[in-house]
Amino acid sequence: MTTVHRYDAVIVGAGGAGLRAALEVARVTPRIAVVSKLYPIRSHTGTAQGGIGAALGNMEEDHWEWHMFDTVKGSDYLADQDAVEIMCQEAIACVYELEHWGLPFDRTPEGKIAQRRFGGHTRNFGEAPVRRACHAADRTGHMILQTLYQQCIKHEVTFFNEFHVVDLLLEDNVCRGVVALSLADGELHVFHAKAVLFATGGFGRMYKVTSNARSLTGDGVAIALRRGIPLEDMEFFQFHPTGIYKLGILISEAARGEGGILRNRQGERFMERYAPTLLDLAPRDIISRCMYTEIREGRGIDGKDYLHLDLTHLGREVIEKKLPDVTDFVRTYLGIDPIREPIPVQPTAHYAMGGIPTDVRGRVIRDEKNTPVLGFYAAGECACVSVHGANRLGTNSLVDILVFGKLAGRDMAEYLRGADFAPLPKDADGPAREECERLLTSNGSESVARLRETLQREMMDKASVFRTQEGLEAMLTTLKELKDRYRRVRIQDKGKIFNMDLQEALELGYLLDLAEVTVVSALARRESRGAHYREDFPKRDDAEWLKHTLAYRLDGEFELRYKPVVITRFQPLERKY
Amino acid sequence: MRVMVKIKRFNPGRDREPYWAEYEVDVEPVDRVLDALEYVKWHLDGTLAFRRSCAHGICGSDAMLINGRNRLACKVLVKELGARITVEPLRGFPVIKDLVVDMEGFFAKYRAIKPYLIHDEPPPETEWRQSPEERARFDDTTKCILCAACTTSCPSFWANGAYIGPAAIVNAHRFIFDSRDRGAAERLAVLNTGLGVWRCRTIFNCVEACPRGIDVTRAIAEVKRALLFSSL
Ligand SMILES: Cc1cc2nc3c(=O)[nH]c(=O)nc-3n(C[C@H](O)[C@H](O)[C@H](O)COP(=O)(O)OP(=O)(O)OC[C@H]3O[C@@H](n4cnc5c(N)ncnc54)[C@H](O)[C@@H]3O)c2cc1C
Ligand code: SF4
Ligand code: FES
Repeated sequence: MTTVHRYDAVIVGAGGAGLRAALEVARVTPRIAVVSKLYPIRSHTGTAQGGIGAALGNMEEDHWEWHMFDTVKGSDYLADQDAVEIMCQEAIACVYELEHWGLPFDRTPEGKIAQRRFGGHTRNFGEAPVRRACHAADRTGHMILQTLYQQCIKHEVTFFNEFHVVDLLLEDNVCRGVVALSLADGELHVFHAKAVLFATGGFGRMYKVTSNARSLTGDGVAIALRRGIPLEDMEFFQFHPTGIYKLGILISEAARGEGGILRNRQGERFMERYAPTLLDLAPRDIISRCMYTEIREGRGIDGKDYLHLDLTHLGREVIEKKLPDVTDFVRTYLGIDPIREPIPVQPTAHYAMGGIPTDVRGRVIRDEKNTPVLGFYAAGECACVSVHGANRLGTNSLVDILVFGKLAGRDMAEYLRGADFAPLPKDADGPAREECERLLTSNGSESVARLRETLQREMMDKASVFRTQEGLEAMLTTLKELKDRYRRVRIQDKGKIFNMDLQEALELGYLLDLAEVTVVSALARRESRGAHYREDFPKRDDAEWLKHTLAYRLDGEFELRYKPVVITRFQPLERKY
Repeated sequence: MRVMVKIKRFNPGRDREPYWAEYEVDVEPVDRVLDALEYVKWHLDGTLAFRRSCAHGICGSDAMLINGRNRLACKVLVKELGARITVEPLRGFPVIKDLVVDMEGFFAKYRAIKPYLIHDEPPPETEWRQSPEERARFDDTTKCILCAACTTSCPSFWANGAYIGPAAIVNAHRFIFDSRDRGAAERLAVLNTGLGVWRCRTIFNCVEACPRGIDVTRAIAEVKRALLFSSL
């Protein structure tokens, strides 16, 4: 028998976005559950390094309007400006709130929160870099995640840890709950709820070289798609310039914020040629493309596919004090001492700008007219508000998860007051049970690991920093084959207890779906904007393409619709740095 | 490079007793032990279970006993260990399956020390002020990732599983020495028992085990000292 739980609100995901939303809902009802496939403090928010952006102006003059301008320009004008305005204003209160909850920020000599420079963040609408990223060494995300989790403990929020959500119960445009697989014993549980929030994070695992954790497989995003929700702007996936060569482990932009320099095989600071004002602190999409160009033109180190991040001029004090974790990674995994030697780096798949479309209240919307789905919310990296448009600025995801986690939680709390439990669908866990059974009993010959490896390698090759029609079409064919093979996948572990084999198979299913939406959306967008660069259409085309993609999958076929961008203060301009 | 990975396996649904399984694995010397475990999982035996997520020593998922020492599988390179690698689950916790242990008791102890800022006065409009020196006072213990490597390497914990353990004390330290916190007395009361800090015999295993380089014994000593002074 399937266990059925009843909670007013269920939050799926215990990263920054999920926990922040939970704290908001917990103000109005104790009948709230957070369901997470990882223990909360294992969530990926904990790996965020460099900082959270907010115009506190603690170290020099700053204004939220400047933050807003940078975010809009950084997004290549695809972000919705009403949402960005809210985010940049609210960021300030959110950072103070974290401090009041105990977050150990680094301090200025006067005892205020310390701030540093970060890519694309400028003073006075683009004049020069500004110190806006609030930080706790290079473990800002670790401290944010811990602080939020600690507050949840204080407020006695209920957690279901190591419960993997496999289905969303949605009928007649009303959300009714979720179905989850308990990893410890392999049983399915139905969570009946008035409202559900997805905060399941990103899906960098569809690429070979990525900064993302093993768990970032886009579960919530894929489940929403399967339940008829369109996905927004999936063609925009950010590659962060400085991943450790081959491993993809991130070297925070804070390394360049503190003065680090990118160099090619001649030792040249090549960003001088591409972005004369911001140099190594230009936005990520631009730097990643420049790096690929340097490598293609033979200026990679030893002619290979990596470059150098040089910190050697910063001195031991700065490196060890301000970048302790990054220093430790480089020493541990490369056996290199960044105080004396440059670090081999290459762009690494980092952040999903696209995702489940929501309005500024966190409500999931189902069409280009912004019609909300009742009782269904999303926040954090799995959602697309959209505040990052075609390219996210560093430090803005941590802002996003807090601000929109909070606003979504607030709206949910409001919604709960007037809403009743909508009845569960008949055989609520039927589809989930079927899916698990099929995977457990299949005696095909395909292996999850091999399919995943092919997916990651091919996506890296054909749908990453540079894209062409030809490559994307080939990728689509590859995906059809992979999906066909996925139907014949066989898993070895047939047991109930902690069946990682089953979990990995489910996760591969999500990745395949999301890779497909990414490629379909990218093929259609015949322009270059932000992280989406088409070699065959190298220019941004505002007349035709200043709009958001909404990709639906109906009966296995994709349908693309488009939604206008909200423009309030800043008209699109050419992006120069 | 070819290495022999020996893993202590146990599936309570199937096995009466834990047993050792050996796997021959092809890895690069710069690969992590985690890569070796994943190689086994993906290419040799799909039934193997372990936890992991970030793969670079930040999420705290994969502490285990590796060649006799508690370490994170993602933070030890194969080349450090040579051709034979032995992996066992953390000691002192019930095994759920293979290398996956039941962490509920561990987290209950974490919750017991009230791991949140206690400060009931209304906050200022901006931040509470804290000098860099005050901030530095508890920096070391903010690094904890709750991996449990310290607690499960501690002979006092092996002898008595009810001992609150070094990880909980480290996290109490993080708040007791935060200039903004007012909850020291409540936390010290929790720690001032036979199963609290006084069970620590200063054996130093925890310091060696901590993958975050936290000086665990020193943190415990500082908490003990705070208790002595507060009870005077
Ligand atoms: C290495 C690194 C460094 C970064 N540094 C910065 C930075 O300095 N500044 C910045 O602004 N941003 C940074 N980012 C980005 C930022 O950290 C993330 O985008 C953000 O933390 C995402 O938070 P989240 O709450 O949306 O998701 P996550 O923190 O990823 O949490 C996802 C949660 O969902 C749960 N979950 C997923 N699937 C399921 C399922 N099927 N069932 C149940 N639960 C599920 C997981 O258990 C987890 O709890 C960085 C990212 C990386 C990878
Ligand atoms: S103190 Fe160190 S060993 Fe102990 S739980 Fe924290 S990080 Fe792990
Ligand atoms: S996998 Fe995160 S600490 Fe090892």
